[in-house]
Amino acid sequence: MKETYNINEKGYYGEFGGAYIPEMLYPNVEELRQNYLKIMAEPSFQEEFNALLKDYVGRPSPLYFAKRLSEKYNTKIYLKREDLNHTGAHKINNTIGQILMAKRLGKNRIIAETGAGQHGVATATVCALAGIECIVYMGEIDIARQAPNVARIKMLGAKVVPALSGSKTLKDATNEAIRDWINNPVDTHYIIGSAIGPHPYPDMVTKFQSIISEEIKWQLKEKEGKENPDYVVACIGGGSNAAGTYYHFLNNKDVGIIAVEAAGKGIHSGESAATSALGKEGIIHGCKTLLMQTPDGQITEPYSISAGLDYPGVGPLHSHLYKTGRGEFYSATDDEAMTAGLELCQLEGIIPAIESSHALAIFEHKTFKPDDVVVISLSGRGDKDLQNYIDYFKL
Amino acid sequence: MNRINQKLQEDKKLLSIYFTAGYPNIDNTSTIIQNLEKSGVDMIEIGLPFSDPLADGPTIQASSTQALKNGMTSQVLFKQIKDIRKSVSIPLIIMGYFNPMLQYGVEAFCKKCQEVGIDGLIIPDLPVDVYHSEYKSIFEKYGIINVFLITPQTSDERIHYIDSVSDGFIYMVSSASTTGAKVGFGDEQSEYFERIANMNLKNPQIIGFGISNNETFTQATKHAKGAIIGSAFVKHVTNNGIDTINTFVNTIL
Repeated sequence: MKETYNINEKGYYGEFGGAYIPEMLYPNVEELRQNYLKIMAEPSFQEEFNALLKDYVGRPSPLYFAKRLSEKYNTKIYLKREDLNHTGAHKINNTIGQILMAKRLGKNRIIAETGAGQHGVATATVCALAGIECIVYMGEIDIARQAPNVARIKMLGAKVVPALSGSKTLKDATNEAIRDWINNPVDTHYIIGSAIGPHPYPDMVTKFQSIISEEIKWQLKEKEGKENPDYVVACIGGGSNAAGTYYHFLNNKDVGIIAVEAAGKGIHSGESAATSALGKEGIIHGCKTLLMQTPDGQITEPYSISAGLDYPGVGPLHSHLYKTGRGEFYSATDDEAMTAGLELCQLEGIIPAIESSHALAIFEHKTFKPDDVVVISLSGRGDKDLQNYIDYFKL
Repeated sequence: MNRINQKLQEDKKLLSIYFTAGYPNIDNTSTIIQNLEKSGVDMIEIGLPFSDPLADGPTIQASSTQALKNGMTSQVLFKQIKDIRKSVSIPLIIMGYFNPMLQYGVEAFCKKCQEVGIDGLIIPDLPVDVYHSEYKSIFEKYGIINVFLITPQTSDERIHYIDSVSDGFIYMVSSASTTGAKVGFGDEQSEYFERIANMNLKNPQIIGFGISNNETFTQATKHAKGAIIGSAFVKHVTNNGIDTINTFVNTIL
């Protein structure tokens, strides 16, 4: 039987995925499951989605040949410039799709979780665009360390609610958003920011982000005369930019899939977010996937210098890619990522988000052939990380 | 016959109480169970604490966090229950999230439940269809009753499906909410309680969420076989400790 890496009709990628949710969420998730593919296929939806991606987000994002970086690593490196999107990262591709979905489902209240604040900003942005009420859950600790994004979310008219439970970071913000949804089952749509959560979220988010690999194909054809690179590389927290970057290459084994997770202070330092190396199969936020946990099944707290990769699980698609060996998984430490980020600044004049810097650190771990075409997803820009860069490099 | 089914046959309205195992102290489990039984409670739900309890409000979250800090685990709880089972006959149900059970091994967990004298499980994030296709035979092998939730938003069709898969009672969540979020019932609840009562389900229903005193207990049990109190009891334990449990129960019955 031909192996496939797409979701099956029951909402699983191999053994990963599903919808492990309390009964209180069933009507909402089921409504979405029954309608999402139908709505996404409607010509009026496609038309509105594509128009907004073009005129509002600024797509297509460029596929840029990084000449000096290529010279340094003696291979052909292209950067997929998601950092040039409106709001500064790939996150907006998904929130545009989901706000249109929410409108068609008749919802008039939006909730979202956010860690570093990028998804919170992207959600508040599309809610302002659509004129819909927006509540963003954010861990109390993240609110303190991401002040500029908290201000952005407020300026965009959304309400920021601190998550006070547990470790007061992304996973707890996600818990709080889910609890809000349980308490508001009729009028509310939950815009999840990554390729995680109960089915159909991982698939829906992946499909909205798949514009990234769709564009890579035709852009590469123009530049290299072929649609398929030898490798696609992306950083993975929950894994939405990676899912979008891989999507149209999943079933083409000629294209190597490379994932870079955040090793934090080192995989075995006790302060890491390298889920594939440290995780075990379990249930987090409604799906079966790899997650970091104690032997007793309590979810543990991850660490990374990058708030966007600081998540104890990974999307079910990526667990499947890891388990089947379809994806090559690496991890980059804080130091490797910061160094790679600064290198991109100085070789190409691009300040990357620290998340994306993890993908750039692949060259520390793998050597490519001179004629390999390597496409790296530059998922976000580094403006939001300036304080981190200042502190790290003592600028 | 399973102790839960025996209890459900009694001609009375049942009071079930939830407490978080390992809270306020790690070794309180046996005292709490004994005091609840002595106070006339009919059934006990023992909360197995989880780091990320999605369906719970702040009260039970806080007690779970403290219980985990105190060192509560599946293994510790099983050992405590094995000891206390010798001296109590009340039906005991473990309420917990699916991941700790998955890590223990679902079959090993059910086997251990049978061994130590647990009668049933309530697992909010194990959906009925997954249970039905993957785990039902394991639960049955060890005589463990699995209890499912329904809410005001659950369709009649799904309620009938849940009823057909259940073999004990159905846990009726009184309103769309997390635990401890709302107190008391309005017209919407009364209509919902009546609607379910009129469906003539094969499993009796026990109502939970929003029950904290005699008034709400009486309202809930007008149509249902019993009622469950969770957050209000955990609050009582937080404020008054575990020696005055009978005072709390007396305010309900």
